[in-house]
Amino acid sequence: MYNIIEKSTPAKNVNRFVIETSDIAKKALPGQFVILRLHEKGERIPLTIADADKVKGTITLFIQEVGKTTIEMGNLKNGDTILDVVGPLGIPSHIENFGTVLCIAGGVGVAVIYPIAKALKEKGNKIISILGARSKDFIILENEIKSISDEFYIATDDGSYGQKGFVSDVLKNLLATRHSPVANIVYAIGPVPMMKVVSEITKQHNLKIIVSLNPVMVDGTGMCGACRVSVGGITKFACVDGPDFDGHLVDWKELTCRLSLFKQKEKESLDHYCKLKNLCNRS
Amino acid sequence: MEKISRQKMPVQDAKERIKNFSSVALGYSEEQAVLEAKRCIQCKKPTCVNGCPVEINIPGFIKKIAEKKFPEAIKILKNKNNLPAICGRVCPQETQCEIKCVLAKKGEPVAIGCLERFAADWEITNSPKSEATVSSPKSDNGIKIAVVGSGPAGLTCAADLAKMGYDVIIFESLHETGGVLMYGIPEFRLPKKIVKTEIDYIKSLGVRISTNVLIGKTKTVQELFDEGYKAIFVGTGAGLPQFLGIPGENLNRIYSANEFLTRVNLMKAYKFPEYDTPIDIGKRVAVIGAGNVAMDSARVSLRLGADEVKIVYRRTEKEMPARLEEIENAKEEGVRLHLLTAPVRFMGDENNNVTGMECIKMELGEPDSSGRRRPVPIKNSEFKFDVDTIVMAIGQSPNPLLPKTIQGLQVGKHGNIITDEKTGATSIPGIFAGGDIATGASTVIEAMGAGKRAARTIDEYIKNLKK
Repeated sequence: MYNIIEKSTPAKNVNRFVIETSDIAKKALPGQFVILRLHEKGERIPLTIADADKVKGTITLFIQEVGKTTIEMGNLKNGDTILDVVGPLGIPSHIENFGTVLCIAGGVGVAVIYPIAKALKEKGNKIISILGARSKDFIILENEIKSISDEFYIATDDGSYGQKGFVSDVLKNLLATRHSPVANIVYAIGPVPMMKVVSEITKQHNLKIIVSLNPVMVDGTGMCGACRVSVGGITKFACVDGPDFDGHLVDWKELTCRLSLFKQKEKESLDHYCKLKNLCNRS
Repeated sequence: MEKISRQKMPVQDAKERIKNFSSVALGYSEEQAVLEAKRCIQCKKPTCVNGCPVEINIPGFIKKIAEKKFPEAIKILKNKNNLPAICGRVCPQETQCEIKCVLAKKGEPVAIGCLERFAADWEITNSPKSEATVSSPKSDNGIKIAVVGSGPAGLTCAADLAKMGYDVIIFESLHETGGVLMYGIPEFRLPKKIVKTEIDYIKSLGVRISTNVLIGKTKTVQELFDEGYKAIFVGTGAGLPQFLGIPGENLNRIYSANEFLTRVNLMKAYKFPEYDTPIDIGKRVAVIGAGNVAMDSARVSLRLGADEVKIVYRRTEKEMPARLEEIENAKEEGVRLHLLTAPVRFMGDENNNVTGMECIKMELGEPDSSGRRRPVPIKNSEFKFDVDTIVMAIGQSPNPLLPKTIQGLQVGKHGNIITDEKTGATSIPGIFAGGDIATGASTVIEAMGAGKRAARTIDEYIKNLKK
C-alpha cells in the first residue's frame, strides 16, 4: 500500500499526486516511469515520474482523466492509498550538454518534460520551451517551466491563452524566422499526433528529435511486448528499451493503431464504472 | 487378488468446460485415491523417486494414502516438496516419476501426480492448519538471504532456506507472488486459490515476500549486499517473449502468449469489466507454437468466446512439446492442429488489425541439435487463410533485465545466467541462480529442483563464510 500524501487539481481534468514510496524516490531519474494499480480489481497503468524527493521519499505524478482508471484515481483524496506502485521503470532520458535544447510539450506531457528540461538546464543547456494545451484551463506547470527556460512560448488550440494554434505552429514559425539553427536537439512529449507532426517538421530541418512514447503497457518490465513499437524498422519494447526514442525513426501509424486497440473495451469499462457509481445519466 | 486398473480422474465435460475457467480435472475421490494407492507395489528400491527432481519419497506417501492416513501422507510430501498441490497438477509426470514406475513396463504406471494432488487438496480442504504442516524454526540464525523472483524456483529455494533457519525475503516485481504459476498457467489448470494457499504455507515457514520490487531498477544486487544480505538467489525466469521477426508482427490483435496469458490469468481480463484489464480477441484465433503455453493460449481463446482456434506448428504432432494430456484436452475442446505449417507474414486492414496470415508447408529433414527432426520449407507451397487474432507462443528467453545490471556476471548466448548445474553457483561468489533464468524455459518442477539444490549450496556457502 502506498500513501497519497498530497492531492491537488492544478488544471482541468488533471490531478497531481504526491505518493510515499521511498525506494522509487531514491532511484528515479528524469524520463522514468512507474506502473500502478489502484485496487484488487484494477488494471496496471504506466505514469511518468514528474518529480522525486529523495529526502521526503516521495514521487509526484500528474494524471489526466481520460478513462476509467484515471477518473477513478481522480476521486482519490489526500490520505487514501494506492495498492501497487512499481518503479522506476524504463531507461532514463539522455542528459548532456548539447548547447541549446528545444523542449516541446503538449497537455499532460508538460509534467513529463519538466524533470528532463530541469536536468538539461542543470547540465548547462540553453532551454527554449514551447508548451501547448487545448485551452487556458488545461495548462500545468507554466511557472516551473518558465523559470528554467531561456525562451518560452505557449500556445492554446482555441487562443484562450498565449498564441492561438498548436505547438507545431510555434515551431514552424521559429524555424522559418531564425537564420542560425534554432537548437541542437529537440525533446518532444505529448499526444501521439503532436509528437508525430513535430517529428515530421524537424526532419525537414535536419533537427535531431527525441520523443517519449506512450504505448499500451501491462507489466512494464519487458516480459510481454504489449508496448512494442517499430523504431527504424526494428521492434523495440518501450518499457525496457525506451520510452525515449529518435522521433525520426518511429513508425507513427503503427503506434497510433496499436493505441486504439482497446478503444471499445475502454468505453465499456468507463460505462460500467459510471453505472456502478451512478456518475452518468447517459441518454 | 483382482487386479485394479489405473483410476481415471473425473473431468468436466468438454462442451461445458469451454464455457468457464473452472478446473478441468476434478480430482480423485477418497475411494479412488485409496484404490489407486493400493496399486503401488512398494518397491524396495523405488525407481520412481529417481524421476522426481525434488526426490519425494513416493512409495512412502502413497503407502499412507492406502492406509487412509492422509495427514501423514502430506507430511512425507512436504518434507521434500513445498508446493505439492501445484506439482500434482502441472508436473509432466509421464516423463518424470511415472515413466520410471515399474508398473509402466507391463501396463499403466501408478498415478503418482493424481495421488500427490489428492493428498495436498485433502489437507487444504480438511485441515488447513493441521499438524501435518512441517513445523520449522523461524529465522533463528539471523542471517539474511535475498531471493529474487517468486516463481517456483524462488519459492522453493526460500522455503528450504527458511526451514534451515535463515531469514529469507523474496523480492517480486509483479504485484502478485508465484511467477508463471500466477500469470502463465490458466485457472482451469491451476486455480489461483490453490497457488495462494501454497504460498501462504511458505510464508508460514517465516519467508517474507516483498512485491512491486524490480531488482536491477528499484534496488540493485549490490545494494542488497550493502543492506546485509549474505547471499542472493536469482530465480527471475524466462519472461522474455520471442517473436518470429516476420512482416506484420506488430499488427493489432497479435499478442505474445505472455501478454495474452498475463492479461487473462494475472489481471483476470476474462472477468472484464468487473476487472479493469481488457482483452480483445476475434472469432478466429491462430496460436503459433505447440508447447504447453500454446495449448494454454488456445484453450483460453475458446473460453473467451472464439469460434475457431488453430494451433499452427512447423513439425508434426509427434514432436509437439506440450504434455500429451494437454494436447488431448485441447483437441477434445475443439482446438484444431495445423501441422507442418509455418507463418511467413501477417496481413492487416487499413486500421492495422490482423486479417490473415500467409503460411508455408514444411517437411521434416535431418534431426537438429535438440534431436528433433528439423522442419524444412517446401518450395512454392505458400497458402493464405483468414484469421483475426494471433497468439505467438514460440518460446520465451531468460529475462535479461537483472543479469544486465550485475557487473561481471557470466551470461550465455541466450541471455541465461551461467551456473554450475549441481550447485546453482554463478561466476560471482554469493550470487546463485536457478530455474528458467539459468536453463531457459523448462518445467515448474525442474525450477523447483534447481531452487532446492541452490538452497543446499547457499547453506554450505554461508557455513564456510563463518569459518
